Amino acid sequence: MSDRSKAAQIRSTAEVVLSVSGVWKVFGASASAFRNRAPADRTAEALARDHLVGAVQDASFDIRRGEVFVIMGLSGSGKSTLLRCLTRLIEPTEGRIALHGQDILTLGEKALADLRRRKMGMVFQHFALLPNRSVVGNIAFPLEVQGMDRTRAEARARELVDLVGLTGREDRLPSQLSGGQQQRVGIARSLATDPEFWFLDEPFSALDPLIRTDLQDEVQRLQREQSRTAIFVTHDLDEAIRLADRIAIMEGGRIIQIGTPEELVTRPATDYVRRFVAKVPPARVIRVGSLMQAGPVAASGVSVRADETIAEIAAKIISNGPVTIAVTDRNGLLVGALDRQRALETLAVRA
Amino acid sequence: MTDTSSHTRHPVLGPRALWTGGAILIAVLAAFLLPARLAGSPDAPLLPVSEWVDAAMNWLVRDAAIGGLSLSDVTRALAASAQWPIEALQKLLAEGWISGAGFNKKQILPPASWLGVTLATALLAGRLAGWRLGLFTIAAGTYIATFGLWTSAMMTLSSVLFCVLAALILGLMLGIRAHRSPGIEPTVRAVMNVMQTVPIFSYLLPTLLLFGYGPSAALFATVAYAMPPMVHATVLALQSVPPDTMDLARMTGCSRRQTLWKVELPVAMPRLAIGLNQVVMMTLNMVIIASMIGAGGLGYDVLRALRRLDFGAAFEAGMAIVVLAVLLDRLTQALARKQSAGLRKGRFGRDLLIAGALVLIPTALSLLVPALAIWPKAWTISVAAPLNDAVSFVNQRFYDPLEALRTFALLYVMNPIRDMMQLLPWPVVVATVTIAGWILGGVRAAMTVAALALFIVVTGYWAAAMGSLYLTLLSVLVSLAIGFPFGIWAASRPRTQQAVQIFLDTLQTLPTLVYLLPAVMLFRNGDFSALIAIVSYAVAPAVRYGIDGMLHVPSERVEAAAMAGCSRWQTFRYVRLPGALPTLLLGVNQTVMMALSMLVIAALVGTRELGQEVFTSLSQGLAGPGIVGGLCVACLALIIDTLLKAAAARATQQDRSSHV
Ligand SMILES: Nc1ncnc2c1ncn2[C@@H]1O[C@H](COP(=O)(O)OP(=O)(O)OP(=O)(O)O)[C@@H](O)[C@H]1O
Ligand SMILES: [Mg+2]
Repeated sequence: MSDRSKAAQIRSTAEVVLSVSGVWKVFGASASAFRNRAPADRTAEALARDHLVGAVQDASFDIRRGEVFVIMGLSGSGKSTLLRCLTRLIEPTEGRIALHGQDILTLGEKALADLRRRKMGMVFQHFALLPNRSVVGNIAFPLEVQGMDRTRAEARARELVDLVGLTGREDRLPSQLSGGQQQRVGIARSLATDPEFWFLDEPFSALDPLIRTDLQDEVQRLQREQSRTAIFVTHDLDEAIRLADRIAIMEGGRIIQIGTPEELVTRPATDYVRRFVAKVPPARVIRVGSLMQAGPVAASGVSVRADETIAEIAAKIISNGPVTIAVTDRNGLLVGALDRQRALETLAVRA
Repeated sequence: MTDTSSHTRHPVLGPRALWTGGAILIAVLAAFLLPARLAGSPDAPLLPVSEWVDAAMNWLVRDAAIGGLSLSDVTRALAASAQWPIEALQKLLAEGWISGAGFNKKQILPPASWLGVTLATALLAGRLAGWRLGLFTIAAGTYIATFGLWTSAMMTLSSVLFCVLAALILGLMLGIRAHRSPGIEPTVRAVMNVMQTVPIFSYLLPTLLLFGYGPSAALFATVAYAMPPMVHATVLALQSVPPDTMDLARMTGCSRRQTLWKVELPVAMPRLAIGLNQVVMMTLNMVIIASMIGAGGLGYDVLRALRRLDFGAAFEAGMAIVVLAVLLDRLTQALARKQSAGLRKGRFGRDLLIAGALVLIPTALSLLVPALAIWPKAWTISVAAPLNDAVSFVNQRFYDPLEALRTFALLYVMNPIRDMMQLLPWPVVVATVTIAGWILGGVRAAMTVAALALFIVVTGYWAAAMGSLYLTLLSVLVSLAIGFPFGIWAASRPRTQQAVQIFLDTLQTLPTLVYLLPAVMLFRNGDFSALIAIVSYAVAPAVRYGIDGMLHVPSERVEAAAMAGCSRWQTFRYVRLPGALPTLLLGVNQTVMMALSMLVIAALVGTRELGQEVFTSLSQGLAGPGIVGGLCVACLALIIDTLLKAAAARATQQDRSSHV
C-alpha cells in the first residue's frame, strides 16, 4: 500500500499513453447510420426509443504511463464493452482511441494483431486457460504465437511461474489447479510478453473472497515491481479502492465521474456516486496530504507520510500526545503538519 | 399433496380439443364423399416422382458436365483415386503383397501378422483404457484368427479405417466451414437431420450409379452416411469453446491458422473425440451392410452363411463383428475420456515404437512360420456344426410352442392390424396427423406434417408406408411395453441400473445386421422375425429413457411428496410419472427412430413394406424407386419426430409452469 498516491505524481509528470475521446458503442446501429444522428438523437431516451443499446456513450479520458485506471459500475453499465473497445475486441461505433498518439481504430487486421501481440496483455474473468496445455505451456502461449521458439518461450515461462508463486506446479494441467492458482497462471500469461498495457476484466470476481484479496495483493506487488499501465474492470468498490490510482464510475453507458478514490468520496459529482461510495469510511481514502497544513513546522517525535491514508496512520494518531504531527514526503523531507484532532475526527466518521 | 398432484389435472389439450373432434369428424365424412380414387390407398402414384428421380439420376450420370468435364468422369476418377489407398490398406492388413495371378501367384510381402496386430492393439488398448481392455483385445484377436475369420475381419477393418479417416477429415472441414459462417449452420443442420433418417440403403443407390459397382462405391456411401454426425459434432464442439478463450486468441494476436490449430481444435478436442466414436460406430454398421454389394468382409460372411441356412457360421462371423464393434467402441471412448482429462505426450512416442516392433517382428517371422501370417485352415476351430445341431434341435424340440407363438401372433395380432391400417382411407390419416400436429405444435408443425404425409401419397408409396407404419408401431409398442417398466424398475436399484447401462451400451454398439441372427434362427423368414429383430434393437432406448426419466425427477419433489405422506404408488403416480413424462416422450421418439432404421435391415428377412421396396430397388439397381422409397421412410420418421418432439416440448412446458 506504500505508493497509493503516485496518482498525483502521475497526473503531473507522466506522459499520456492512451487517449480516449468521444467513444460510442451502440448495439443495433451501424456506424454510418449512427454518425448521421444529431446530438439530440443521442440521448439515452432517444436511443431507447429506437431500440438501440447505448452500451458506451461518449466516453473520453486520458490514461498516463504507469497508472492503474479502474472502470467501475453496476452490472450492465457498460464496463466490459468499454474495455473491449479499448482493445478493439469490440469495434466502437464512433470515436478515437489513440495509443501513443496513434488512432488504433484505423489499424488494419495485421497491424492490430501485431499491436496486441507486442503491447497488450489481458486477464479474463473465467481465466480462459487452454485445458490441453500445462501451466508452462499456457504461459508460453503468447510467446509461441509471437513466433518465439519453444525452448526459449518455456524458459521465459518458467521465470514467470516463479513470479506468480506457482513454483513446483509447472507441469500441472489447468484441471489440476484451484481457481486462484488458475488465475495466477492467467496473470503470468498476460505478462509473458512484457506488454506495456495490461487489461483486466473482472479478473477476480469468479474467486472466493480470501483468494481474491490474495490476488489483489499480488497485483499490487507486481505493479510496485514493474509498473505498467493497467486498465482494470471491477464491480467491487473495495477492490477498486485498493488498486486504483483513478476510478471511472459508469452508469447506464455513461462515465459520470473520474477521480481518485479520495475525490470520489469527498467530492462525489452526483447523487448516484454519493450513494455508490456511501459505505466507504473516509479514513480509508483520505490522505494525510489533503488534511495537513503545508509549510515549515517544528519537528516533533513522530512523523507520518503525506501519501498515507488516515486509516493507515490510525495507530500513530490515537496513541500519541502532541497536537500536531509532522508530515514528510516520500524522501523524508518535512512538508507540513497534521492537526491530530482533525485526523481523529476523520477517523471517527463512519460510513 | 394438492400442489404435487394439481398439474396432472391440467386441461392437456384445452379448447383445441373441441376443434379437433370436429375436424376429425369432417375428415371422416369427407373420406366417404370423396371420389373412389382418393379413398383407401391410391395404387398408382399421382405424380411420377420416382421416374423424375430416375431421369435426373440418368442425366447426372450420363450428361451432366462441368465445363466440358462430365460428372461421371469426375466420379469415376474419384473412385479410381480412392481405390489405391483402400487397396494399400487391404494389402497391408489382409492380403499381403502378391504378384502375378493363377499359378504364377507369388507372395512378395506377407500381410501384417495377426499376432503382431493383436499385440500392438492390446498395448494401445492397455495404455488408453487399462489392462482389462488389453486382455479383451488379445482374446478378441485370438478368437478372430483361430476361427479363420482374420482376413474377412481385416477387410472390414481396412474399409472402416479408410472411411473413418475420410469422414473425419471431410466432417471436420465442413464443420469448421459451417461454424465460421453462421448463416450456413441452420441449413447444414436441416440437411443432416434428413440424412440421418434416410435408411442406409438409400445411400448406396446414387453412389452405385455415380461411382460404379464395386468396393469404392460402397465406401463413398459409407462416408456420406457417417459424415453428418462428425459435421454436427464439429460445429457443436467449436461452439462450445468459451468466448473468453476466443478473446484470448484475438488478444494474443493469433492468426486465423493459429486460432484454429492452437486454440479452437485443442479446446474442442474432447467433444470432437465423442464425434469420432459415433463416426466409427456408424461406419462399422454401414460397412457391414455394404458388404452386400461386394465389398467383402465379415458382413458378407454373415449374409452368405444365412443364405446357406448355416446358422453356426453366421453366428461365428456375427460374433467377430460383435467383438470388433465392442473393441472399436471402447477404444474410441477411452480416447475421448483421455482427451478430456488431458493427454500426456511423453510416453506416447515410446509406445509407438514398441507397437511398431510388435507388429514388425511377428510379420518378419511369418516368412519362416506361415502360421503367423494367416492361421492355417487345418487348425481352424469351428463350433458351427454343433451350433447348427443345437439350432435344429431347439427348432425340432420346441417346434410346436415356437410355431404356435408365431402363428398366433401373425394370425390374431399382426395381420389384422396390418389389414386394418391398409384399409384406412388416406385422407383421414393425413387429416388426423395434420390436426395432431396443429394441436401439439401449432401451424408450422401442422404444415410440415401435412407436406411430408402428402409426399408419401403423391409418390404412390402409401400402401408400403402403411406396411412400414404397422410394423414400426407394433414393434415400438412391444419395445415400450417391455422397456419402460423395466427401466423404471431398474432406476430404483442403483446396482442393477449400472449393470443394465453397461449392457445397453454394449448392445447399442452392435451393427444392425447382428440383430437379425437370433430371430431368423428361431422363427425363419417373415414379419414375425422382423418384429423380433426390430424389438430387440429398439428396446434399448426404451429402457434407457425409462431409467433417465425416473432419475431426472427433481429430488425435492419426491421429498415433498414423502413429507405430504404419499404412499409409494401415490408418489409414483402423481410425482415421478408426470415429472418423467417429457423424458419418456423423447424416449418414445428415440425408440421409433431406432425401429425405423432397423426396418430397412429387417427387409432382409422378407417383409412387405417400404424397407422391402428400397431393398428390392437396390438389388435391381433401380435408382428412382430406391431413392424415393428411402425418402418416404425419412418422411415417416420426420412426421413422427415432429409430433413427438412437439408433445415432449408441451409436456416440459406444463411441467415447468406447474412447478417452481
Ligand atoms: N453483443 C451485444 N448486443 C447487444 N447488447 C449488448 C451486447 N453486449 C452487451 N450488450 C449490452 O450492453 C450493455 C453493457 O454490457 P456490458 O457487458 O459492457 O456490461 P458490464 O458493465 O460489463 O456488466 P457485467 O458487470 O454484468 O459484466 C448491457 O446492457 C448489455 O445488455
Ligand atoms: Mg462485464
